[in-house]
Amino acid sequence: MTETTDAMLSQPGGANVLPGPPGESMLVEVRGEGELSTQDMTLNIGPQHPATHGVLRIVIDLDGERIARATPVIGYMHRGFEKLAEARDYRQIIALVNRHDWLSSFCNEMGVVLAVERMMELEVPERADWIRVLMCEWTRILNHLMFVGSFGLELGAITPVFFAFREREDIQHLMESATGGRLHFTYNRVGGLKEDLPRGFLAASEQMVRNVRMRAQEYRDLLQGNEIFIARTRDVGVLDPQTAVSYGVTGPPLHATGVGEDSRVTEPYSKYGSINVPVPVGTNGDSYDRFMILVDRIDASLDIIEQVLGSIPSGPVNVKLPKVVKAPEGAIYVRTENPLGQGGYYLVSDGRKNPWRLKMRTPSFNNIAMVPHLLEGALLSDMIAVLGSVFFVVGDVDR
Amino acid sequence: MMPAVPKIGLLKGLALTLKTMMTPSTTAQYPHVKPDLPPRTRGVIALMEENCTVCMLCARECPDWCIYIDSRKETVPAPGGGGRMRTRNTLDRFAIDFALCMYCGICVDVCPFDALFWSPEFEYSTYSIRELTHEREQLRRWMDTVPPPPPLETGAETPGEIETGLEKAHKEAEAQMAALLAAQQPAAGDEAAGGGGAATTAVEEEPHVEAQVDQEVYDQLTADGVAERVARAKAKAAYVRRERARIKAERAAQG
Amino acid sequence: MESLASTGLLWLDLLLKVVAVVGFFLVVPLVAGYIEHKGLAHMQDRLGPMEAMPHGVGQLIADGIKFIQKEDIIPDAADRWVFALAPGVALVPAIVILTVVPLGPGVFAENLDVGIFFALAVSSVSVIGLLMAGWASANKYSLMGGLRAAAQLIAYELPLVLGAAAVVLQAETLSLVGIVEQQFAFTAFGIPVPYAVPHAIGLALFFVAALAELNRPPFDMPIADSELIAGHMTEYTGLRYAFFMLTEYAGMVVLAALATVLFLGGWYIWPGIAYPAGWPVWLTAIVATGVSVGKIMTLVFLMVWLRATFPRLREDQLQRMSWLVMIPLGLFNIIVIAIAKVVA
Repeated sequence: MTETTDAMLSQPGGANVLPGPPGESMLVEVRGEGELSTQDMTLNIGPQHPATHGVLRIVIDLDGERIARATPVIGYMHRGFEKLAEARDYRQIIALVNRHDWLSSFCNEMGVVLAVERMMELEVPERADWIRVLMCEWTRILNHLMFVGSFGLELGAITPVFFAFREREDIQHLMESATGGRLHFTYNRVGGLKEDLPRGFLAASEQMVRNVRMRAQEYRDLLQGNEIFIARTRDVGVLDPQTAVSYGVTGPPLHATGVGEDSRVTEPYSKYGSINVPVPVGTNGDSYDRFMILVDRIDASLDIIEQVLGSIPSGPVNVKLPKVVKAPEGAIYVRTENPLGQGGYYLVSDGRKNPWRLKMRTPSFNNIAMVPHLLEGALLSDMIAVLGSVFFVVGDVDR
Repeated sequence: MMPAVPKIGLLKGLALTLKTMMTPSTTAQYPHVKPDLPPRTRGVIALMEENCTVCMLCARECPDWCIYIDSRKETVPAPGGGGRMRTRNTLDRFAIDFALCMYCGICVDVCPFDALFWSPEFEYSTYSIRELTHEREQLRRWMDTVPPPPPLETGAETPGEIETGLEKAHKEAEAQMAALLAAQQPAAGDEAAGGGGAATTAVEEEPHVEAQVDQEVYDQLTADGVAERVARAKAKAAYVRRERARIKAERAAQG
Repeated sequence: MESLASTGLLWLDLLLKVVAVVGFFLVVPLVAGYIEHKGLAHMQDRLGPMEAMPHGVGQLIADGIKFIQKEDIIPDAADRWVFALAPGVALVPAIVILTVVPLGPGVFAENLDVGIFFALAVSSVSVIGLLMAGWASANKYSLMGGLRAAAQLIAYELPLVLGAAAVVLQAETLSLVGIVEQQFAFTAFGIPVPYAVPHAIGLALFFVAALAELNRPPFDMPIADSELIAGHMTEYTGLRYAFFMLTEYAGMVVLAALATVLFLGGWYIWPGIAYPAGWPVWLTAIVATGVSVGKIMTLVFLMVWLRATFPRLREDQLQRMSWLVMIPLGLFNIIVIAIAKVVA
């Protein structure tokens, strides 16, 4: 051990544990004096680890198999989105913001485009608004399917992930026929959409809704009643509503605690005010509820899509924009309900074609903040169930 | 706590996996089977050189600055002889660095002359990252893989270019209709319809000519430095025009 | 009954038996591995290996060649000899058990009078191999994996033994060949049935305990790959890792073979249906081996099916299930069988 550690250990009352660089042998904390002292083990989960969704590092102090303290270390995936946005004009920013929460790309684009449109007081054609809602909901289903699959995978159920990805492939093929991309759609433009849907898209959408509904039942069959799954997730990582709200947690983890706060309902944007948005809410706030909320939300999104499919009017999908899109001077904050939670964009413009400041409020950042609270006192194997049920994307955390 | 006896939940899961095992799987065995990609797929960007006027809008709008364009100004004599020399932009180098490209499509959107297109071609990976910068010859070759755009969904507005084309076609069809009706007049009105004869001959059927390359025109164009495809197309057009004029003259001489 | 390979000469006997056992050991676990690849794949709506020989038949052979040509890496901080010997200590017991497992009349290496006792005793030696691997790897994940594995294997030895003990009580012999012969003659209320019928609880206990012994899902917490990477096997590469994998598949085959012999009637299609006496010895041997291997592969398929469907149990739930549920059930099973044996 190093000299600093020896110096720390010689202090009365024990030493503080610092996370050490990977590869160094264990740093220990000696609690108590004399014969009753025990040693905690510091375990580094990540940044490369199959269970963390991406490059997240969690430093865990273990007492046997129980977690005494957990500290997430973020920033490994910081790409400087907000700074990059200051050097790009509004159409280029749409292509960029696809990528911080890469599983909900269309919803990210919506936020930016809504901010610019509200600042410019631009009227979006009806058809474009309805198609935007349709695309948002398909993206939401894509996102939730991913987490349904990966949560089972982390617990050891290796089959639901393949079923979930099969559905994802089908939906991505559908989105590719309209937008050209499977993951990063870049379909929104300021004032509407890039181009209209191809023929057959709405009929294929209807067919896909039926398929996914049938398959959502399969996920319930595989996991909902499964006693082993219930034993692994029931009463694991229980979150109470007050703590959730105080941390700023939004999205499925918040709904699982019983608080049904959803921006599509409280602050409707686009066409969400004209349709019925079901918001499934859980009871316990444990991992099981968080997971079941995801499957329920897939069904809810399918309901929304059915409502939209019957309501798309004909007409144009974009407006004639000036050669260079300039937002007028001022600032605006836009809240949208991204699949992972509430996303916000704070856009400050000084009248030029680049924003002066684009601050992103990303849902995963706050969702991760509650991980230390959830992990205190949990077993190491429960850590996996808890982490998997918090639903974050590291790109969203670090931007 | 784990119950001692497996209840329905566990058995339902087992039944589902067994049922899935019995049904054929959805795997498509690439590379033996190529994927079925929709026409708008953003696989690679293709360049139609003939349309490019080197306005550099694509290079300016690209968020990654991955399009490299070199050009120079050339002076050419005015078409039709006489008058001042015209300056023209000539494309020296047009390269896209696909290692940087993020496939956003802004360059394709922004090009005012329809020189850039999306192609579903995706099998162009290389062993070295430097080879991912593709020059204009390769980009031109990829034009052969660009599919036609799909028809739009019911309720969509037709795009501007198609609308003007449709209007023009409508007008031509109406003119043809009117001429045909006039030609249906009984033969007794022939003399009176003489004045309309000029109109009928105007819409007489164009003789069908098999397109061939007019070698002289082709050689001259290539010597001028026109691109090979364009030269070929123009030579063929010239040949067809000449042949049609010849045939019409023959018919007129006969009839 | 004597082994078919018993010529008069000791050295020839030895050679034939060793070749037969090692040959079986090198081939049949690969078939089990192939069943796992393809079975898992189709249950997950995909195709599995298709490129290595038609329909991926050669996939495991290709894997073996790949493992053999890999660089042998031993971590600096690792305990060299313990690290190097651990895979062997885990693997050799599986081969040794194969010497007593009978696949047909005369199709075995040795007919020990204490067959099942020998098999169960030897199978517990592989726990030491796992502990060695976990400790010598100088890696916190491996250590935790090794400790979890040791705790799990110790906990599930007892239900395994209790399930087998009830069968021994029923058959009144410890010899595996003897158990098959006794099963052949067994009738419950006049109907010939294999031991699986009266010993249904015992079969369930034996099968579940076998899954836990092999670290197979849903009991694969020691090698939970989403938490501990590969548990005790994390630092192993190349041929040593291949040995651990072979231990798992060979263990599946061996324990399935033991279950077949103890509960499913061994090499007889059904108790009471003997092979025609007119058949030559080699024909009976081949058909009987086929029946045995068929039953073994069915049990292997069942193990694969369970892997595809269930998430894994947490190790405290696992331990609770063993000590609080399965061992009492096993004892209860023995009592019931003993009473039935005395009464009937």
